[in-house]
Amino acid sequence: MEQKITIEPVTRVEGHGKVTIHIDDEGNISQSRLHIVEFRGFERFVQGRPYWEAPVLVQRLCGICPVSHHLAAAKALDVIVGAGTGDGLTPTGEKMRRLMHYGQIFQSHALHFFHLVSPDLLFGVDADPAIRNIIGVIKKHPDLAVQGVMMRKFGQEIIKATAGKKIHGTGAIPGGINKHLTQEEKDSFLNGPDPLNIDKMISWSVDAVNFLKAYHKENKEFIDGFAAFPSSHLSIVRKDGALDLYHGVLRAVDADGKKILHDVDYQDYLKYINEEVRNWSYMKFPYLLDRGKENGWYRVGPLARLNTCDFIPSPLAQKEFEEFKAYTNGKPNNMSMHMHWARLIEILHSAEMMKELLNDPDLMKGDLVVKGKKLSEGVGVIEAPRGTLFHHYAINENDQLTMANLIVSTTNNNEPMNVAVNLAAKQFMTGQKKITEGMMNAVEVAIRAYDPCLSCATHALGQMPLEIVLVDRANNIIDRKRT
Amino acid sequence: MSLIKRIFSSKTEENISGEQKKEYSENEDHKNTNKSNVMNDKIKFTIDGKECKADKGANLVEAAKANGIFIPTLCHLEGVKPAGSCRICNVKINGRFMTACTTEIADGMMIENNTTDIQELRNIIIETLFVSGNHYCPACEKSGNCELQALGYRYKMLVPRFPFEFEEKVVDASTPKIFIDRNRCILCKRCVRSLKTKDGKSIFAINGRGHKAMINIDHELANKMTDEEAQNAMDTCPVGSILKKERGYVDPIGSRKYDKKPIGSEIESVNK
Repeated sequence: MEQKITIEPVTRVEGHGKVTIHIDDEGNISQSRLHIVEFRGFERFVQGRPYWEAPVLVQRLCGICPVSHHLAAAKALDVIVGAGTGDGLTPTGEKMRRLMHYGQIFQSHALHFFHLVSPDLLFGVDADPAIRNIIGVIKKHPDLAVQGVMMRKFGQEIIKATAGKKIHGTGAIPGGINKHLTQEEKDSFLNGPDPLNIDKMISWSVDAVNFLKAYHKENKEFIDGFAAFPSSHLSIVRKDGALDLYHGVLRAVDADGKKILHDVDYQDYLKYINEEVRNWSYMKFPYLLDRGKENGWYRVGPLARLNTCDFIPSPLAQKEFEEFKAYTNGKPNNMSMHMHWARLIEILHSAEMMKELLNDPDLMKGDLVVKGKKLSEGVGVIEAPRGTLFHHYAINENDQLTMANLIVSTTNNNEPMNVAVNLAAKQFMTGQKKITEGMMNAVEVAIRAYDPCLSCATHALGQMPLEIVLVDRANNIIDRKRT
Repeated sequence: MSLIKRIFSSKTEENISGEQKKEYSENEDHKNTNKSNVMNDKIKFTIDGKECKADKGANLVEAAKANGIFIPTLCHLEGVKPAGSCRICNVKINGRFMTACTTEIADGMMIENNTTDIQELRNIIIETLFVSGNHYCPACEKSGNCELQALGYRYKMLVPRFPFEFEEKVVDASTPKIFIDRNRCILCKRCVRSLKTKDGKSIFAINGRGHKAMINIDHELANKMTDEEAQNAMDTCPVGSILKKERGYVDPIGSRKYDKKPIGSEIESVNK
């Protein structure tokens, strides 16, 4: 008799989702799916609003990485107000936005690694869930927990100084930014009391990378083998091939490293990317047009970014990048759990970039906004913490938004997450007569590697109950377990 | 009588007694002349038991302000003939509710302003205004500079006790300099009363009556508005109903009018 297992909600991720796993009579996984069960509707209800509201309004769809939406929308509107397609801002405008963005990447990655993922690594995937959580981390590894909290705080303070608020600020406006960095703010970030200063953040970032590398050494089989699968990878890269989280051209490589999207202008993204709708999820499935629905899916996020870029333009992160690349002999890294390694290298890169920017005098003086000939349509793309984020807007002659299309990072990772769920289910549940909590968590660990933001909302820390339901072919409930 | 009925049945400019009625003039010169004649004629009165003095001819809002006391307003605008339409400035004068902006100060008045029942009435008005429109502060560019939001904070409104109406109102984006969002309009008529062309023509007007009342613009005149006039219109509006186009969010958070101090504190800091 076929069994259907439901994991709902998935915990320690942002937002609400559930997993269904079908097991056939022989105990094999016949189908598994990650369902996104929320509907947000922002693309519709911004229509009719004045275009300059978009960066402030649309960021409200997320409480974890609103800066990414804020900046992607602002970049799209830069095009509309005639400020160019990413390189036309004043030095102050672009650098303040970059600082905001690196602060965002830094705090979001810190939140994910220290708060959401570290319990799995420190206590084990199948450890008692009563211990395997952030409170358990605080009790057993207080130094690490404090480090995570303070790193997140530092990033949030950077966001506040550039956007006006830690969450949902208003700093980025069409054509630039609305404020300079003050001397006081600059001093506090560069020379603030320990540990809240940039040198400490860089030092802690190095420690975090080393922690992961040491864990990898001792848990090679798990880190390398768990939910690993070949895929294409997509991100923006700087025109010279450098890792650039704020602006660049679209590049994709296949599982062997062959370029399949050749550094194209993201204003033309619709020529290369399409989205498929499936009736069991509110999340669409993007794919590269010329490779089709079956083979055109790709991964985004830290792993993808380190697979697409040629180098990292900051010395300490570059050194780590070289080690990371050497592990796969320069070929794309297709191991899902290496997402954590890549994410921590990006934390280090963000910290280094913040230091460079904080020492840049352009942040404290100079013109804030530039405008030119208005256009009716614009696309903004940014590398959000979770991956490539597309915002596309069109306006009418009255300055009202008439169209919005958002492809958020997690949407880009929809198919890869489903593949990872399937692999984890097969690895841990095939042939098992009894489904344990540890097996269910293994499925979540696979999803968690992608740091999905399922609704772009603030739900985390495993406070929601995890429920598993066993049903027979006729949908009769055989067994139910809640954590 | 319910609180709401009491407040909306209180005296307005049209029905207050003759001795309390102020002879307002729309003509600024006339007003100044009128003021200069009574400049030294001080009136004595009390607000919440505090003995106060003010110039003869001042309305209660101005008189209270001169004594470091804040009476909240929304429709009132200095230098413009009061309308008494928003009712937020209701005070009790000798035991009766009256709108402070339309009432001229008189000798011996005993005014109650900061009492529990008056605060409750004000809270009801603020909450009513919030639920009758779509005041989505988080994305409104007037946030931080909005008088309705500032009063909501001052009177510690957490959530309205009334159900939201969410009536969809049409926005008017058809003129080149201003964007009219009727979802946020509180029908205070500040724009109607104060924004005129150089030859005295009204750019704004109220169309319809009752719940169908809505702000409207003379498109021909609005099409000729300068950037300065558009900015003035935005600043005149106490909420985010009139927006100057393409200006959005230029004031950083932290430097907006009510970011650091609550509304009214600039008045209350005087004479302390």
